[in-house]
Amino acid sequence: MEHAAPSSQEPIRFEAHPSGYKHWVLTFDGPIARLAMDVNQEHPLRPGYELKLNSYDLGVDIELADAVERIRFEHPEVKVVLVTSAQPRIFCAGANIYMLGSSTHAFKVNFCKFTNETRNSLEEACSESGQHYVAALNGVSSGGGYELALACEKILLADDGNSAVSFPETPLLAVLPGTGGLTRLVDKRKVRRDLADVFSTLAEGIRGRRAQEWNLVDESIAKSKFDATVKERALTMAAATPDKVGAGLTLAPVTPKRSTEKGWLKSEYTHVTLTVKPNDRLAEIEVRGPSSAESLAGESLRAAGNDLWIFRAFRELNDALLDLRFNHETAGLVLLTTKGDPEKVRAADKALLDLEASGDWLAHEIRLYVKRTLKRLDLSARSMFAILTKGSCFAGSLFELALAADRSYMLDDEDEPVQIGLSGMNHGPLPMSNGLTRLQTRFLGRPAIPTELVGVTELMDAATAKERGLVTFTPDAMDWDDEVRLAIEERVSLSPDALTGMEANLRFAGPETMETKIFARLSAWQNWIFQRPNAVGEKGALTMYGRPERPELDWRRT
Amino acid sequence: MTSVINSDKIPNNVDLSSDKKLQRALEAWQPRFIDWWKEMGPEGFQEDQVYLRTAISVDHDGWAHFDYVKMPDYRWGIFLTEPEPNRKIGFGDFYGEPAWQTVPGEFRNSLRRLIVTQGDTEPASVEQQRLLGQTCPSLYDLRNLFQVNVEEGRHLWAMVYLLHSYFGRDGREEAEALLERRSGNPDKPRILGAFNEPCQNWLSFFMFTYFTDRDGKYQLLALAESGFDPLARTTRFMLTEEAHHMFVGETGVMRVVQRTAELMKKNRHEDARAEGGIDLPTIQKYINFWYSVSLDLFGGEISSNAANFFAASLKGRAKEDGYTDHRVIDGSYAMDVPVADKESNVTGWKKEDVPLRNAMNEVLRDEYVRDSQRGLEKWNRVLEEAGIQYQFRLPSRRFHRQNGIYGGLYFDVDGNPMSKEDWEKSRDGWLPSAADEAYVASLMTAPVYEAGKMAHWIAPPKQGIKGRPVEFEYVRR
Ligand SMILES: [Fe+2]
Ligand SMILES: [Fe+2]
Repeated sequence: MEHAAPSSQEPIRFEAHPSGYKHWVLTFDGPIARLAMDVNQEHPLRPGYELKLNSYDLGVDIELADAVERIRFEHPEVKVVLVTSAQPRIFCAGANIYMLGSSTHAFKVNFCKFTNETRNSLEEACSESGQHYVAALNGVSSGGGYELALACEKILLADDGNSAVSFPETPLLAVLPGTGGLTRLVDKRKVRRDLADVFSTLAEGIRGRRAQEWNLVDESIAKSKFDATVKERALTMAAATPDKVGAGLTLAPVTPKRSTEKGWLKSEYTHVTLTVKPNDRLAEIEVRGPSSAESLAGESLRAAGNDLWIFRAFRELNDALLDLRFNHETAGLVLLTTKGDPEKVRAADKALLDLEASGDWLAHEIRLYVKRTLKRLDLSARSMFAILTKGSCFAGSLFELALAADRSYMLDDEDEPVQIGLSGMNHGPLPMSNGLTRLQTRFLGRPAIPTELVGVTELMDAATAKERGLVTFTPDAMDWDDEVRLAIEERVSLSPDALTGMEANLRFAGPETMETKIFARLSAWQNWIFQRPNAVGEKGALTMYGRPERPELDWRRT
Repeated sequence: MTSVINSDKIPNNVDLSSDKKLQRALEAWQPRFIDWWKEMGPEGFQEDQVYLRTAISVDHDGWAHFDYVKMPDYRWGIFLTEPEPNRKIGFGDFYGEPAWQTVPGEFRNSLRRLIVTQGDTEPASVEQQRLLGQTCPSLYDLRNLFQVNVEEGRHLWAMVYLLHSYFGRDGREEAEALLERRSGNPDKPRILGAFNEPCQNWLSFFMFTYFTDRDGKYQLLALAESGFDPLARTTRFMLTEEAHHMFVGETGVMRVVQRTAELMKKNRHEDARAEGGIDLPTIQKYINFWYSVSLDLFGGEISSNAANFFAASLKGRAKEDGYTDHRVIDGSYAMDVPVADKESNVTGWKKEDVPLRNAMNEVLRDEYVRDSQRGLEKWNRVLEEAGIQYQFRLPSRRFHRQNGIYGGLYFDVDGNPMSKEDWEKSRDGWLPSAADEAYVASLMTAPVYEAGKMAHWIAPPKQGIKGRPVEFEYVRR
């Protein structure tokens, strides 16, 4: 039995603060942060299951995501983050099986997507931000627990006759690890595939020396020496990491004002408004450009902190996207709109890139944040149309919204031309998960075009934008209403499943990366294995887990 | 508004003078339509004054305004039957909901396809008939031909109006494409088969207007039920014109039959050909041909397209009011479906209960078959009254079909299956042979331009047009 859709319950919110963490203990000791998992089994996100053995649900992961962000922005002094457990004999048992068993399919998919995004952010902190995550596995790490470890740069495993790493999903539950574990095993850690095959079918997992020999962990350390060795390794890594200059930025909440009128659900942030129209299966995200003409640069830009336009706008966009994914499942089409002055957006982009180029870590972090948010947009399983009308400011970082969209409609009006523009942000700093810019991905067959576009610094009207292939349709004022209305009505009438598959196929042209593989395989297998009777049927393994009877499997292979 | 696009030149009841969007679309399209008319319209008569009916409004007097006009100056107009207040959708999944005044995005593509398919038949028939004027049997018939032609042109306008007003850029592109396809041209043919068949002689023209325009009538009746109100209203008005086309066909064939009967009576062996008339078996062959190609226009007997169109409340049944169940979710239609081997030999039949929605093409075809029979009976009465034993009949609907469950299989005119070889051997007994075509053509080598005079092979009409005598100069050369 599946529970009612989460959207019929209390909405899920994504803002967290260490003072309110229920499942993690975050402590700091100079360059070393300790992020200890201590899941409170009495506090599941939804009633109906207990979070035993440090198993997690979305609530646990929302806190983890918050911790990773805060360490990046608030603690520039941190160079190593130890991820460990505060509970005896168990590091983490992975995602809670009863939670999975009682969730809708859509929720499961979005849950896994979110956990993957958090793992990616953690990996990015290692590679881009000089914050090295080390998994200190002082207990059993199974399923999602081991996947969390795999996202860390180093895995240290206590050799105590108990602590093991394992992927029991296939043998026990007839599903797969859902957070990129299999891909990271062979792509990141380069575990030999036959050994990975053995490992992934061994419910009790692998311990001690063998885990190290197979490269499932970096080091297997005797229990007596575990804490001391972990500390030693952390200090060594910290010593090899350069210092950052300048204070951290304490993240302020971005909570919107929420209201309902005429059946429309509105979330008004400072620079973003999310409007959900459930009856039309439609949502609109409006992003407003910078309002002040003053150009922030250097120290003044840094000092703006939470109120810096680009940072706040993208944090708000991020929150709106998560709200949309988890709380508004039926809003299948998202209209992306902007409002403001395209030149001011380009100026804001330039100021941030200039500051980053001068070596400022905060500017660097903010730019990475924008990049992650845009990836989150790419990975949202909703149709997206960019709507470029009068007064819009699709330029630079905001033009990425139009490039991320499945198609774009730009009003062609000679009297009051709508304009778009490019900035440095379009030419490298905000790559997609395939490692290419959105322009490079768009013009995959004509690589000269993105290069030429670097030289295009003037604003472009609809005709020019169309000619350069930067927008899809440019109806004039007379056709506009009908064209856009018909396109919207047509889109929301198509199968949401088919569209999700179609869009995911079309959005990520170009090379494969570990990230693209993880997300592509995730959606491919989840949309199949997690729907199959062998997993979720009446006698499926996931359904039968923890019950006395054995699951019954349909033995036919595809 | 430009000098060409205004409500004087283009009579309408769609408020063209304040519809900027439509004006702009027509500004581009209208000159191309005139070019098309001059290139593909009646050849050799563009400068003549023709006594034509022009619709200048939808009320009773307005839609039948008669005057002499040169065809390229004809005022093709845009008319929709007056709206029915609070009209509700009469069938399908949206039964009972208010009719749509704009295109629902969900059905944009289906509706566009329906409209384009219907629209494509209109200029196609003008193209098919463009050389007929040069062999006309009388000025009266010549004028009727041109009346049909200009009205098919107006039907094209009607469909183009919908495309321009409701389908944006796509619609404008489709409207252009309607002027680009050419009947019978293998590189850019018209969409439907029968509209690529040549219509080379006047017997074919009468058969075409009787049988093929009657398909048009039923398609229009089905579209007149559409949930998309502008389409329903447009097609309702077109039906008034279509009725005249079928009149031309029905009376045309009847006059041929009557003349043949007269000529047979003159001949000791009742040999019409010997007297320079068209013999009855040849007429029957033309019936067989045009009836069967027109049956194909209804589409497959078992059709998911038809089901989808019905379900979406886009295309209903003719006179939907006459049915009781308008959703048609449960009903079925019993069909005997032929089973064939690789050589197209029918080896057996299977009974199929086709879900009624999937059988909508066949439901419409049933109505058509009944309606086609009525005129045929009038022709038979002419023979009876003349004391001639011969009777015309509609062949089985299995005969000579290109699509649907009988398509590509071989049946005789009674619907009995047969082998391809046997069928080929019998073909010329059922369908006009090359010799028949040559004979009919030999009767129609020269036009008859003298007012009141008739070609030898056809009887005069009972009366003229709009109270004018038969001898009236309907076309001033
Ligand atoms: Fe017509
Ligand atoms: Fe007609």
